[in-house]
Amino acid sequence: MKKKLLALVMAMTMILALAACGNAPAAPNASGSGSGSGDPSGSTSQPPADSSSTGDQSQPEGPELDSFKVGAIYINSQNDTAGYTYQHHNGIVNAMKELGLDPETQLLIVDNVDDSDDTAVANAIDTLAGQDANIIFGISFGYINAMDEKSAEYPDIIFSHGTGYMANETNFNNYFGRIYQARYLTGIAAGLKSKELGNNNIGYVAAWNLEYAETCSGINAFALGVQSANPDATVYVNKISTWGDENLERQAAQALIDTYDCCVIGQHCDSAQPQLVAAENKVFGCGYNSDMTDQAPTAHLTSAIWHWNVYYKTAIQAAMDCGGDASKFVENMGGNAYYAGLAEGFVDASPLNASTAAPYTDKIMNAVRELMKSGKWDVFSGVKLSYEVKNGTVEISRNSADLEDNQGNVIVFAGEPSVDDSVIKGSMNYNVAGVVEG
Amino acid sequence: MDTMNVVTLFLFNIVLCNIPLLYGTVGEILTEKAGSLNLGVEGTMAVGAIFGYLAGCAANSLLVGLLVSFLAAGLCGLLFALLTVTFQANQNVTGLTITTFGLGLYFFVGKGIGENWPAMTGVPALVNGFANLEIPGLFQIPVLGKALFGQNALVYLGILVAALVWLYLNCTKTGLRLRAVGENPGAADSVGVNITLYKYVHLAAGSGIMGLGGFYMALYMSGSFEGSNCWINGYGWIAIALVIFANWNPLLAILGTLVFGFFNTLKIYSGALAAAFPDGLGWLNAVPPQLFKALPFLITAIVLVASSVRAREGSGQPAALGLNYFREER
Repeated sequence: MKKKLLALVMAMTMILALAACGNAPAAPNASGSGSGSGDPSGSTSQPPADSSSTGDQSQPEGPELDSFKVGAIYINSQNDTAGYTYQHHNGIVNAMKELGLDPETQLLIVDNVDDSDDTAVANAIDTLAGQDANIIFGISFGYINAMDEKSAEYPDIIFSHGTGYMANETNFNNYFGRIYQARYLTGIAAGLKSKELGNNNIGYVAAWNLEYAETCSGINAFALGVQSANPDATVYVNKISTWGDENLERQAAQALIDTYDCCVIGQHCDSAQPQLVAAENKVFGCGYNSDMTDQAPTAHLTSAIWHWNVYYKTAIQAAMDCGGDASKFVENMGGNAYYAGLAEGFVDASPLNASTAAPYTDKIMNAVRELMKSGKWDVFSGVKLSYEVKNGTVEISRNSADLEDNQGNVIVFAGEPSVDDSVIKGSMNYNVAGVVEG
Repeated sequence: MDTMNVVTLFLFNIVLCNIPLLYGTVGEILTEKAGSLNLGVEGTMAVGAIFGYLAGCAANSLLVGLLVSFLAAGLCGLLFALLTVTFQANQNVTGLTITTFGLGLYFFVGKGIGENWPAMTGVPALVNGFANLEIPGLFQIPVLGKALFGQNALVYLGILVAALVWLYLNCTKTGLRLRAVGENPGAADSVGVNITLYKYVHLAAGSGIMGLGGFYMALYMSGSFEGSNCWINGYGWIAIALVIFANWNPLLAILGTLVFGFFNTLKIYSGALAAAFPDGLGWLNAVPPQLFKALPFLITAIVLVASSVRAREGSGQPAALGLNYFREER
């Protein structure tokens, strides 16, 4: 099916190219809308200035602003109204607008690309390459092998892979963020709420747990945030073993509330179902990926969110600065793994819902946010935080203590610096003390 | 944690979360008894879900929601009948087309509404209509009471529909004729049964029942449309497998729903059950979660093999299932 689609797209491209040749040396890159991606506006309104863009990447000044093309491969539809693809698409569109690029004509998209099908990903890359993309973003982990192969095949194109770990020294990097820092902040809100309610049971709907460093680091950071505000709290994790299933997300949240009497529901899954369930059961919750206060105004506290445009702006700028020499990209980015956090504004906790949060939550979160931004302290270290509010001002005390996993092993000895590298390199495979998978 | 409470909740959720399977299965049984294999259950349920929900919200009425979901899904059934009965199109392909069409329509409508999507919390009739009813006396029965007598009205409606379809198929003259249409349409035609009419009516009604399941799912998901998953989420496909599991018997479909539901819900409850009974069920934590998803299908495969080994009379599968009836070839 996908091959037929590709064949169709290629045939269309050839016909259009032929038609263009018949007239004048006009735009051969007429199929600006990506394969089967339903946005016809991109293909029609090409400014004539574009016509020389094929193969002129070697221009010494580099591609001009209006001939620079950004390619993107999405796992879901570009028309999504929420979720992972939506967040990335928004980030790319906003970054392009900030840089003076026109997403209507300069963003090429292939969407609904299955991340377990290397051939489909390779085809998507070929499609974008055929449309003269200067940089190609792949947003899903499973695109990793195809991007690695194709980055060698197309040395003139920049490849940038989200959530992965592969890269080279020239035209291929990966990017992800210290979302655990944001999760720690939401954990503080959850912990303070549980203390206010006098209920030490907190639930967490997780897509996966120890299978991925991304998911278990999220659980751990949330739990450490909770414990900093309420040392007696336990975080119960219900793992649904899939990245996206709204129905299971709902069932898992309900089960946490029913069986463990959880008073706050955190989540690592895309949909707002856990927050809706929290609202229906008159308990509270912390969302993920987007501010879910709109969906669950009586339950939601704050979400861990991404500002993807921060990365996309940096990357597209660096790509444009390459001046047509894609091999300079990694050097321009200052390394082949981009891993920004709170300090760069890449991740954050969404604005606190004042009508649900416990008193002083905002102030405490702000104080910890500043502490993390300063770089003086990070989540997975041998130093634990605790808070005291005196006359309306927040005092953070830093206490040296072992960081232990829930089997009793010491991960970081008291006073030692944070092991956040284990999140980057994907080696984290434990839950901290106080986390129960059930 | 109260250990008996965990069991009670587990049983309660087996029923609550999986009733859409029953609607889908019963609708498909009615369709297949007419000799047509409709693989469009998933899409049909999605159409019923979204139109039923929107109508229910607009009218602030559970009844309107049920009616519209039945009618909207029934239209999908009519479309299927038009293509396969009148135009003699291949049933398998047409069914898949209905699924693609239904899911496409679901996302098209949902995303088209976008920001103005109605939240279920603002529609008291739907919230109350889906609220759990506690049947006095019976509800207090330990362990089983909550699961059997503490459900919402649509659960009981689903069981009622299954029972009525069983009665219809086995105890009425029209039901008998319908089965004749599914077994041997040529013979039924020769004794004056209007094959086309029977197929149209029952394909539409069967799809309508699937639509009710979709509406149930919409309410279960609190009508939250987020645009990346469909509410139906594969339940339509499981329903097709359940028809075989239930041997085309609507009453057995209730049992089948509980069996499939057991594994579906066990995935969520395995941790809690293992914690509540560490001695007896502690091993649940070691079971890979994917196995829970696969087991019902494994059982279906075994049932399929067993029923094919069994004498032909034992099988409820209509003999002319999946074959288009063309009068001139009789």
